[in-house]
Amino acid sequence: MDPAILLIQCLNAVQYGLLLFLVASGLTLIFGIMGIINLAHGSFYMIGAYMAFALQPLVAQYLGGGFVLTVLVCVVLATVLGYFLEWAFYSYLYTREHLQQVLMTYGLILVFEELRSIIVGNDVHGVPVPSWLAGSVRLGDVMTYPVYRLFISLVCILVAALMFWVLTRTRLGMMIRAGASNREMINSLGIDINRLFRIVFAIGVALAALAGAIAAPVSSVYPGMGNAVLIICFVVVVIGGIGSIKGAFLAAMLVGFVDTFGQVFFPAAAGVMVYLLMAAILLFKPEGLFKH
Amino acid sequence: MRFILRAILLLVLLALVLSLPSFATSYYLGLVVKIMIYALFALSLQLLVGCTGLVSLGHSAFFGIAAYFVTLLSPESGAGNMLWLLPGAILAAMAYAAVTGALALRTKGIYFIMVTLAFAQMAYYVFHDTALGGGTDGIYLYFRPEIRLGDWVVLNIDDQFVFYVFTLACLLLTWLFLALLMRSRFGAALTGIRVNEQRMRAAGFSTFKYKLIAYVIGCGLAGVAGFLYAVKDGYVNPELLAWEQSGLVLLMVILGGMGRLWGAVLGAVALTLLQEVFQSHALFGEFASRWHLTFGLAIIALVAALPQGLAGLPDQWRNRRRPKSISSASAQ
Repeated sequence: MDPAILLIQCLNAVQYGLLLFLVASGLTLIFGIMGIINLAHGSFYMIGAYMAFALQPLVAQYLGGGFVLTVLVCVVLATVLGYFLEWAFYSYLYTREHLQQVLMTYGLILVFEELRSIIVGNDVHGVPVPSWLAGSVRLGDVMTYPVYRLFISLVCILVAALMFWVLTRTRLGMMIRAGASNREMINSLGIDINRLFRIVFAIGVALAALAGAIAAPVSSVYPGMGNAVLIICFVVVVIGGIGSIKGAFLAAMLVGFVDTFGQVFFPAAAGVMVYLLMAAILLFKPEGLFKH
Repeated sequence: MRFILRAILLLVLLALVLSLPSFATSYYLGLVVKIMIYALFALSLQLLVGCTGLVSLGHSAFFGIAAYFVTLLSPESGAGNMLWLLPGAILAAMAYAAVTGALALRTKGIYFIMVTLAFAQMAYYVFHDTALGGGTDGIYLYFRPEIRLGDWVVLNIDDQFVFYVFTLACLLLTWLFLALLMRSRFGAALTGIRVNEQRMRAAGFSTFKYKLIAYVIGCGLAGVAGFLYAVKDGYVNPELLAWEQSGLVLLMVILGGMGRLWGAVLGAVALTLLQEVFQSHALFGEFASRWHLTFGLAIIALVAALPQGLAGLPDQWRNRRRPKSISSASAQ
């Protein structure tokens, strides 16, 4: 294989893996700390992408900003949405069985998809790449690589670094890590668990929406985009071990590489590769790579 | 007294179901057949989820494999013979269940959910990406299979009424089989595994074997439902194996109530009817095309109102009328 092509595929794999990590990290936190199986998490990715599409003209008109400002507005709105949803729906589910949560979040998916169809319609829409990121860099003699994809990777790395900093160096991070390893204990130590849950949930929603918003110019926005991401993110969370951010990062990169190179080497079996990987890992490590 | 009441209720229901074709239109008859197939499908999952405690999110794979089996192996020029097509479809589903189940049962809880999903996705992509079953377009089944001994046609299910009765018979037989199974020693062991697997192992049961057998049986019964579905529509596509389908049947079991066989049937009836009602233009007018919204909201409301599912409703009522202390004492 030509080294330039190999490099391009590696860059694609890294970019895809990092994007998955943004969505999956929120999912694994919600899973590990709140104990909720959140099927609606893919919808938050979809909501982020659609917000990037729908808000861009509005932001340009009223706030005079470009793409970056649009993404920031998306993230802020998603955080508010997460706060509201946790208060309105999820807070009733903590004492229920897991399967009841599955049922309710499935209902939420249907509601979100239909609202999306009412507000924006069912067409596929492209989102323009901001002009200052529209170019491409040369790799080797003939190949080029779009700058915007590098930008996605950069943003994801920055967010991931910020997240690691928050988790390992701040008081909030300490509480989150404690919550992930023993929920009852930190409650009895006097930490307001409900407030913590609400914050974690809002962060998770914001991360998923951010991933959707910055992916929108590459993937365009289309109905059902949330479900495709949801399943693959569950795979990431399970491979990494529930509640483990480190595991989610490693698993996301692994899935990114397996999926990208699966499509290069075995195009006929590309869809199966990731699931094969998950089955193989779970057979040797039945509780994921990093068990909590 | 309770027994007599139950028997009367059952007889009335049976009479109603059998007399239905005489007054229902062809559309409603088709709807009832669809409900019965989903009820059978939900019953097969109830054996895993409610009776054994194995939550599977990959049950549609077995439904789809059986549906593809009968469609692919039926001759194009005439009716196939159900005497080997039906057992073949069930065996195909069971074979995939035996292989994947033996691997998946090494994991537990949420990990089991995900591994079953993974194996179902694999089967989905096999039919979705390869030319084996016509790819995403799916394939048609031109003639419904019939039961044939030599040249003698014992049963032909082309007629809508005959097919209706045939489906009903399949559903009732499955129900009876599962009810007997759960009353047997084997069923008691499954209940024990659901309640406390550790203790069952300590009591000397090889729980893995029990779980695997239950898994294979449940998946074989899902194959019966898949067979009926393919025969009913005469058309199969990869969406039969999609995870949304697994999710839907799991919803039926959860909504109906776990652990009780009739809960699965109730859940299948309720969910299919809800979909039908919200899609009805007569009731919702223009809004009927937006039925996902109302359907989703209805699911959320049902979860909030029914912590134990539809089948738990009588208990919920009784507990509400009784003072708390007595109800908790009687639950002991």
